[in-house]
Amino acid sequence: MLDFGQFLISLAVMAGVTYLLRLLPMLFIRKKIKNRFVRSFLYYVPYAVLSVMAIPALFHATDYLASGIAAAVVAVTLAYFKRSLITVATGSALAVLVLELLIPILI
Amino acid sequence: METVQNDIKAGLKDGLPIGLGYLATSFAFGILSNSLGLTLLEAVLISMTNLTSAGQLAAAPIIAAGGRLIELALTQLVINMRYSLMSISLSMQLDKNIGIRHRFILAFTVTDEMYAVSVGKRRPLGMKYMLSLLIFPYLGWTLGTLLGAVAGNILPAVVVSALGVAMYAMFIAIVTPAARESHPILAVVAISVALSCLFFYLPALEAVPDGFVIIICAVAASVVMSIVSPLPDDEIDASADTKDGGDTEGSEVMGDA
Repeated sequence: MLDFGQFLISLAVMAGVTYLLRLLPMLFIRKKIKNRFVRSFLYYVPYAVLSVMAIPALFHATDYLASGIAAAVVAVTLAYFKRSLITVATGSALAVLVLELLIPILI
Repeated sequence: METVQNDIKAGLKDGLPIGLGYLATSFAFGILSNSLGLTLLEAVLISMTNLTSAGQLAAAPIIAAGGRLIELALTQLVINMRYSLMSISLSMQLDKNIGIRHRFILAFTVTDEMYAVSVGKRRPLGMKYMLSLLIFPYLGWTLGTLLGAVAGNILPAVVVSALGVAMYAMFIAIVTPAARESHPILAVVAISVALSCLFFYLPALEAVPDGFVIIICAVAASVVMSIVSPLPDDEIDASADTKDGGDTEGSEVMGDA
């Protein structure tokens, strides 16, 4: 477990980087980015980041592999049919809850 | 010159639904940080100073594990780089009278959702509007984290485990509809997931810290797709319209290149 002083240093680094990314362009850049590669790169990055963070981490985020995979399948299915953020999250969590209550009984 | 949007009521009204959405997302973050062993105070401090979902989810395990600061800094740099692009475009739409000092505060309004709403006004934005827009999302984000961290302490373990997947599910909820509409986004998602699985399951790559895995996989996938399928030249703003607010809009602009 980390001590609070160590935590505050991490917090400062994290918040500092995030804040400067927002602030510096607002202070210094007055022209839009024209470079096509840079624009394309920044367009793709959020989707790439979210994908990398979600899979396969979600498979292993629960007590059983089966419930983690079920959570992903339910989330992708609901999201594919354009359900809201909350519906997707709730549905996915419910799938995990049901499986994790059932699996110990069945095994 | 168009009239400046500087109405406090309009700002609050635009911010309310965003704040409610943040309440749910940050609740999931609170639950997660609790399970990682972060205290309630630590979770809330992270939310109050960062106001960014993916960045926080990536940072929490690194911080909880006492990970290296360079890993933490680089992770935030890559994940939150998109804010710089939004910041540039928002900056140009701000009322000319907004001075340098106020911009230090307005930097906090640069999140995916607030950016989409404010820039979507397509008219100059005043300080009062921007500040009132910020209030509900900021409160929602802070309060949700607090409630999530508390809930993580008092709910039964099986419920906490189930709620722990909520944040991942939300990421899937952002990516999937966009990937459905746009082949290039589907491709970037497929490459990202494939690389991510390689790093997770290949014993040789197991030692690479999580933060670096995110950076390597996301940058590689984005570079490949930026070369294979760059954005069209004319649509400059489309590149910033990502995640919730601009998903479908952005992908429609992209088309199936």
